Amino acid sequence: MTDPVRLYDVALSSRLLLGTARYPSPAILAEAIRASGCEIVTVSLRREAGGARAGEAFWSLIRDIGVRVLPNTAGCRTAKEAIATAQMAREVFATDWIKLEVIGEEDTLQPDVFGLVEAARALADDGFKVFPYTTDDLVVAERLLDAGCRVLMPWAAPIGSGRGVNDVFALRALRAHFPDTPLIVDAGLGAPSHAALVMEMGYDAVLLNTAVSRAGDPVLMARAFALAIEAGRAGFLAEPMTPRDMAEPSTPVIGRPFDRLA
Amino acid sequence: MLARVIGAGVAGLCAAYALAQKGVDVEIVEREASPGLGCSRFAGGMIAPWCELESAEPLVATLGEEALGFWSHEIGVATVAGSLVVAPQRERAELADFACRTSHFETLDAKGVAALEPDLAGRFETALFFAEEAHLDPRAALVALTERLACMPNVTLYLQQDAAQLATAPDWTIDCRGFAARDALSGLRGVKGEMLILRSEEISLSRPVRMLHPRRPVYLVPRGEGLFMVGATMIENEERARVTARSVVELVNSAFAIHPAFAEAEIIEMGSDLRPAFPDNLPRLLKRDRALYINGLYRHGFLLAPALARRAAEVVVNDEYFPEVMDAHSDQRAIAGRPRDHAAVAAAGTGV
Repeated sequence: MTDPVRLYDVALSSRLLLGTARYPSPAILAEAIRASGCEIVTVSLRREAGGARAGEAFWSLIRDIGVRVLPNTAGCRTAKEAIATAQMAREVFATDWIKLEVIGEEDTLQPDVFGLVEAARALADDGFKVFPYTTDDLVVAERLLDAGCRVLMPWAAPIGSGRGVNDVFALRALRAHFPDTPLIVDAGLGAPSHAALVMEMGYDAVLLNTAVSRAGDPVLMARAFALAIEAGRAGFLAEPMTPRDMAEPSTPVIGRPFDRLA
Repeated sequence: MLARVIGAGVAGLCAAYALAQKGVDVEIVEREASPGLGCSRFAGGMIAPWCELESAEPLVATLGEEALGFWSHEIGVATVAGSLVVAPQRERAELADFACRTSHFETLDAKGVAALEPDLAGRFETALFFAEEAHLDPRAALVALTERLACMPNVTLYLQQDAAQLATAPDWTIDCRGFAARDALSGLRGVKGEMLILRSEEISLSRPVRMLHPRRPVYLVPRGEGLFMVGATMIENEERARVTARSVVELVNSAFAIHPAFAEAEIIEMGSDLRPAFPDNLPRLLKRDRALYINGLYRHGFLLAPALARRAAEVVVNDEYFPEVMDAHSDQRAIAGRPRDHAAVAAAGTGV
């Protein structure tokens, strides 16, 4: 592994995480995961669990794919609900990793950052390794780190919107403020170029669901995102040139003694 | 030749019919007190092969086209009035995606919508109309099919019978038990679906209306006499008979978004059951010695049952082989995506 990303002391070579919802079929989901080379998938439990953990058939399909599972608390609207879902997820998937979502608003699926911090603290105290889905707000990010989170997952745009980065300055500021915290862009990306952009900005990884699952060809799109993420990461490491206002000839101009300087 | 069909849902009854037409003696064995009490009872009954292309493989549309003639002409229970697909104003991107992945439709403007469904006038600026699709009432359809079978001299129906208790061995066993066949079929899972039946005298529709939404797409199927079926949730769990408050809220809310009159509708019924599905969500005919399993019809029971039944009868009578449904690795089941039709996006006129 030449350029691993470390998430809670686990080194991973793929910087792509995939959600598992809304694929045309579990078989296409499995193909997309293989095509992307991703090593972590997220799985929701709240609604699928039903009254008696009735989601076992689907969960075992996911387990059989053989990648690391990051259970999530999608659909939870209070800290209490999210904590209970996380505890169930720990048993179902035998992992202390949890992607924490506490949704505050139905139209934008915007995180309830107050409930998020509250749940993050309770879960971190209980030994969970929390991956909080948050906004791009710096102060909330600070609070999540204070609460015990060691990874942050800011949105780029609302979940499932496919809009790409809404506020590039906010994401840059987050990156600059937390140079040593793994930052994963979680929501709102639609096209591979969006993923390449955030990776060039120095983000550590990208989590996708709708952009892949609802593409015309989810398997090909998973591969396209994997390539874009790899390209963006390499671009970041290679230190891009600084943009200039004027043309800069790539071959020296001979025979012109004076450049126009003003 | 004697074939014993186990399970009198839509798959079993269609299989029995296709076999009996070929002159096979057929016994239908059903554990319940009457046919069609399993998940067929909660079906939407949309015979919509082209709409289903939105999320299903092309094979589903190819097989599904055979269902149109079967239900509308041969059994005579389906109405061919097309399907209408709409989206809330802010979810127009869903309509553009739907147009990309489907075929056999025309794009309507507000006038076109009003001409087809006067009660929806002014509610949707654009819609997709799949004129050749049909719909039926699943319960009435299975009653009609059962009556048809009862008239055939070579068909016997055994109700409240456990097939395992029958002493005689048939030449062929056709297993159409749906999710109950999980004991025999590895990889079969249940996908929960919940539905409602509403009654409203304030609105009338002539055809199914699908409303697209990123998280909770819904369809309304008119069943006559003011009744509408509203369906259906798709949840990856195997909880058979529990309708959750959240699902009811979502279904009613979506019906309300199609027409506000549904807020005052009476809730006649709430139902829930499991769709039997294989991991690729495609149907299979599995032949094991002298047993043939018809399963994995997923959310397409009425759409796929006639085509599978015909193929099953050919397998039994003429020893035919159909790779598209009998070989899980057949190219015709290819699970990669479909090429997108960019002209269709422009035609949908959503500017996305």
